[in-house]
Amino acid sequence: MGIFGSSAMILVGYIYWETSAYLEQQTNATISAEIRGLTEQFRQTGGPGVEAVIRDRIARDPDRSTLYLLVTADQRPVLGNMSAWPAGELDADGWYHFTQRDRSGQAVPFQGQILQTSEGQHLLVAKEQATLVATRQLINRVYILTLVIGLLLALFGGIVMSSSVTRRVDAINRTSREIMAGRLQRRMPVRGINDEFDQLADNLNAMLDRIDSLIDSVRAVTDNIAHDLRTPLTRLRGRLENLALYPDISEKVRNDLNATITDADHLLATFRALLRIARIESGTHDEAWTDIDLGALLHDAWELYHAVGEEKEIAVHLGAAAGHMRGDRDLIFQAVSNLLDNAIKYSPAGSDVRLEMRDEGDLLTIAVSDQGPGVPETERGKVLDRFYRTATVTGIPGSGLGLSLVNAIARHHGGQLILADNAPGLRVLLELPKTDSAGPAAVPDSGLTRKARKALPLPGESHG
Amino acid sequence: MRVLVIEDDPGVASFIIGGLRESGHTVDHCADGKDGQFLASSGNYDALIIDRMLPGIDGLSIVQTLRTAGNTTPTLILSALGEVDDKVKGLRAGADDYIGKPFAFAELMARLEAIARRPVREGAETVTEVQVADLHVDLLSRAVHRAGKEIDLQPREFRLLEYLMRNRGQVVTRTMLLENVWDYHFDPQTNVIDVHISRLRRKVDKDFDPPLIHTVRGAGYKLSESP
Repeated sequence: MGIFGSSAMILVGYIYWETSAYLEQQTNATISAEIRGLTEQFRQTGGPGVEAVIRDRIARDPDRSTLYLLVTADQRPVLGNMSAWPAGELDADGWYHFTQRDRSGQAVPFQGQILQTSEGQHLLVAKEQATLVATRQLINRVYILTLVIGLLLALFGGIVMSSSVTRRVDAINRTSREIMAGRLQRRMPVRGINDEFDQLADNLNAMLDRIDSLIDSVRAVTDNIAHDLRTPLTRLRGRLENLALYPDISEKVRNDLNATITDADHLLATFRALLRIARIESGTHDEAWTDIDLGALLHDAWELYHAVGEEKEIAVHLGAAAGHMRGDRDLIFQAVSNLLDNAIKYSPAGSDVRLEMRDEGDLLTIAVSDQGPGVPETERGKVLDRFYRTATVTGIPGSGLGLSLVNAIARHHGGQLILADNAPGLRVLLELPKTDSAGPAAVPDSGLTRKARKALPLPGESHG
Repeated sequence: MRVLVIEDDPGVASFIIGGLRESGHTVDHCADGKDGQFLASSGNYDALIIDRMLPGIDGLSIVQTLRTAGNTTPTLILSALGEVDDKVKGLRAGADDYIGKPFAFAELMARLEAIARRPVREGAETVTEVQVADLHVDLLSRAVHRAGKEIDLQPREFRLLEYLMRNRGQVVTRTMLLENVWDYHFDPQTNVIDVHISRLRRKVDKDFDPPLIHTVRGAGYKLSESP
């Protein structure tokens, strides 16, 4: 719009400048010709001849558009259609500028040249500039009018154009947000007019299709691992279990077997947690979304864990808790449970753990604070990574997956997990929007899972 | 109990079948979805154990077909995809319970017995009191007495005891307790259930003899007169 406006201004300015320069040049040329004619006359016929010519000219110009005045060396008028030598200014180019009143008393600008004769006389020849001034004013008016109309047009066109651009960019932004929220099947809108936006949308869609097929193959691999590894693990664990039930084995062997079963269970729990994080992150949990009474959920979690705290002489407090949100109830409970579990696990005996929530309009924040060792600021981002554990907790058993799972659950709900200082201790904030901006991931039941299944070998084939 | 196992993996199948036979049940086995569906629709079984991924027909489709045909045989779905959404899909298809691989046999057995008993229990929904040895629970007034002495329980402790009493003599696993008493399906990082059981024991068992709440190694808990 700015570009359009200024280019219109430059164009009109150029016309103005060119036109007035042309008109001025025309006037000047006329006067110069006049002066040249009179000079010539001087040379040929001398003073009296010139006077006759001037008289003739004056007679032929009753409107006084051209003024003549011949004065003697001591400024006495000899001849002309002006009564006295006009007061005026001589510019650098030798032009003499002055004004004269016309019959209606209006000041009219004149411009002329002064010719000095050999007898010391001065001849002033001037032409009125009214036409030039009027033309200039006209161009000025046109200039301003064009500018105003042009600016209005540019403004209007700009609004129309940019609102259409904004609309289309908005549509792409909206779709992107929905996709980020897990609705991986959504695609950018295409208008079908094959403009730049359509090409952008087509390219983005092609990219999304590619990502989609990659996710599908990753999921197929995960499902394959799940099927191919967990099934033999089930058998392994089953055999161990059967062995441990054997009546004629020594107590030592039985204890070792049970310890091995516990180890296998840890392995399987880690494995299950990994698979779970992967599945939550891929955004296919859409069936279990309901309205969650978060107050009741926090109360349930508190009730479940305050007993665990008491065993360790840690007081678990429940603060304010009321609010509703849309989401997966079991996953949210899992997240809160992991946070409480961590807080209790890393807290010293005799300390306090606090569970509370805040309703901040569109956002619900669940906070779990403890008085344990906390997490150094530099490590706060890393503890959300899989398997990362801080140096302060090396003595305490854990998989390093607990917070990763909570983080995955938070992001799955369009929220985030924030680690803060409780001075002393750790304060974990789980921020959850009441309704996900893009709604629950509405991938149909059949969509990804079935597609991924297609890539799986039939179970019978994989095991012979 | 007559149980049909539809499972294509020979190892898992023999593990389940062996365990079931050892516990005194009659077992038929089928490794193919189509044949399995045919056998299951005969209606000769007390319970079905169906793997979710099968050659031929998908495990969930079998359940769906059976339910559409009016067959209500209690069904337990097995799957390597032991995830919450799969559980929801399984239950929506008409299965009675769902168990993800790998599982402990005790967990499978406990769940199988729970679903197989369900119709009977639902028929006797008017039960208002349960008694095991000298422990008496009035389900209406929520009063608990042992050896004539009143025991004061918190609401959740009462629900825990109620669930154990209703399933008296049967093993209930920790996951079953979380799902049925706390009504959440999740993976606790620590054995939170053990803490609550030990609190309940302190009130119900500590000052009395014999103990009624027993720990079943590698499986869960059982409320009964004798271990």
